[in-house]
Amino acid sequence: MNVHEYQAKELFRSYGVAVPEGRLATTPAEAEEAAKRLGTAVTVVKAQVHAGGRGKGGGVKLAKSPAEAKQHASEILGMTLVTHQTGPEGKLVRKVYVEAGSDIARELYLALTLDRATEDFAIIASTEGGMDIEEVAEKTPEKIHTEFIDPNVGLQGYQVRKIAAALGLDKGQAGKLDVFLKGLFRLFLEKDASLVEINPLVVTGGGDLFALDGKLNFDDNALFRHPEIAELRDPDEEDPRERAANEIDLAYVGLDGDIGCMVNGAGLAMATLDMIAVCGGSPANFLDAGGGADTEKVKEAFKLILQDEKVKAILVNIFGGIVRCDLIAEGVVAAADELGVGVPLVVRLQGTNAPEGRQILAESDLDITPAETLQEAGEKAVAAARGA
Amino acid sequence: MAILADKNTKLLVQGMGRMGQFHAGLSVEYGTQVVAGVHPGKGGTKIEGIPIFETVQQAVAETGANASVVFVPPPGAADAILEAVDAGLDLTCCITEGIPAIDMAKAKRAMKGSHTRLVGPNCPGVVTPEQCRIGIMPAQITRPGPVGVVSRSGTLTYEAVDQLSRLGIGQSTCVGIGGDPVIGTTFVDALALFEADPETQAVVMIGEIGGSAEEEAALFVQEKMSKPVVAFIAGQNAPPGKRMGHAGAIIAGGKGRASDKMAALEAAGVAVSPSPATIGQTLAEHAPHLKS
Repeated sequence: MNVHEYQAKELFRSYGVAVPEGRLATTPAEAEEAAKRLGTAVTVVKAQVHAGGRGKGGGVKLAKSPAEAKQHASEILGMTLVTHQTGPEGKLVRKVYVEAGSDIARELYLALTLDRATEDFAIIASTEGGMDIEEVAEKTPEKIHTEFIDPNVGLQGYQVRKIAAALGLDKGQAGKLDVFLKGLFRLFLEKDASLVEINPLVVTGGGDLFALDGKLNFDDNALFRHPEIAELRDPDEEDPRERAANEIDLAYVGLDGDIGCMVNGAGLAMATLDMIAVCGGSPANFLDAGGGADTEKVKEAFKLILQDEKVKAILVNIFGGIVRCDLIAEGVVAAADELGVGVPLVVRLQGTNAPEGRQILAESDLDITPAETLQEAGEKAVAAARGA
Repeated sequence: MAILADKNTKLLVQGMGRMGQFHAGLSVEYGTQVVAGVHPGKGGTKIEGIPIFETVQQAVAETGANASVVFVPPPGAADAILEAVDAGLDLTCCITEGIPAIDMAKAKRAMKGSHTRLVGPNCPGVVTPEQCRIGIMPAQITRPGPVGVVSRSGTLTYEAVDQLSRLGIGQSTCVGIGGDPVIGTTFVDALALFEADPETQAVVMIGEIGGSAEEEAALFVQEKMSKPVVAFIAGQNAPPGKRMGHAGAIIAGGKGRASDKMAALEAAGVAVSPSPATIGQTLAEHAPHLKS
């Protein structure tokens, strides 16, 4: 789960991780008031959307007076911000964060995550702040310092000193980095974060350290023990269908094609997208109905798929292990009856109780194209979407 | 022979809730020796004829269990894994989906140096055809034979096994290693076991997007494997930045793409099936002597 910059910074602050002072605004007047209250000569008005690259897209602007902050806010609020992370459709800006301007001497990079290869936590630090870190990693890997942290030992003082040395910090700054990193590490552990990224981490002219930007992701699997984090979810930032799927325990990802998919199991669901592509078609979605798929789930899944107007055909691909194909078939029939599926339906049932399931489909008065193998299912779905 | 589990495996079930009971029953039906269940609060009772204990240690002392399957819900699953380790089991398979990543990172590190092998979490388990079923796989689609199957996915494993069985090619052992970012047994571990197993003559590995386990497997195949390996990588059409069902199936920061994994495997001499429908066929072509 992703949160906004202003939410990340509130959490940073509560863990002693230094951030500039800032206030949230949802109207230009609030932005003006926020700038007045901050009282600094310069403020920065920042669009709050779940995407990086906001500055380049025109979502971050410097204001030299409260009136100018108001003016910027009026331009940014309500704009559709397009960055390399939003996709071409962009994201509607509903909130801005007005922040005290910083006296920036240096811009550094800092991230903390769980490294899958070593299964350690990893702090990634670089002197090249404010840049695209993937590009830095590719072109100048020597400018990236990675410190691995044993999950059962935790961050040690010598590791902070190594990072400070790699970043070229002086003694006073290194002491501030110690407080900063230990706070960040505690936040990561206590709140089950999956990624903290601070780009840039700034060193001010006075030698202070600040998180000028903050990206914070949380482990969805751990939200059950952090209701206060789950509350930070911003439904406006999520695809409405993905959110609806989430609420009924289905994994759904919207795609650009025209063949709706309903599959049990994540691996088979991904493979079904691949199968459609191999057959020359294009999937409209990924949908994993899960191991516990039953009649009700199937109906809900159909509703979701049918909300997508691009869908010209639906492919149901079930390999019954735990899931019984006869129950899936009943769900398909019930859903089609109730919802009036107006597009061709290709159904492949294999595994547990598949013959019974196929019989239920055959005996219904629905126009269903059965398929035996994965290949046949892909071919028939692609043909159906083309109107063949 | 086989890997991980055979007819001598004595299985205990950690978490005898609805799902644990259901699958314990199916494993018994398949002929697996299910010797005990562990369910705090129900010790001293019997469920479906299986004696229930308060702790894994008690169950091991009373029944000689040497392997466990974990159905404990996410908040207590890492604890259950460590309890299996503490009791000195040879094998523990964790089926539970949704364990916090930090819990698993800590548990996995704590297991270092222990004698217990962990399979999973978020996996379908292990089946050695006609000998032992641990977990939730539909064992009826397997048949005994010379091909080892290792996969990060559940249902896609069934698909691959089904394709093999339909071609008359049986399996030595089918292992689901799980779809989470931190797992016990990796592709490399499973490949090493299959390489050392005299009954396994070829391996099918089913990978997916996310992480670098397939690339590490490619390196292992190139340097250490003498047996033919066939692979399929799911998620060739998955968009970057989206979690595709499994917690570990995500292309992040330009890393973990299917195309990179396929290229690494091909460069290592692995026959990569371009389509999920031709996994069995690719194996049959790559190891023609195995078709019965």
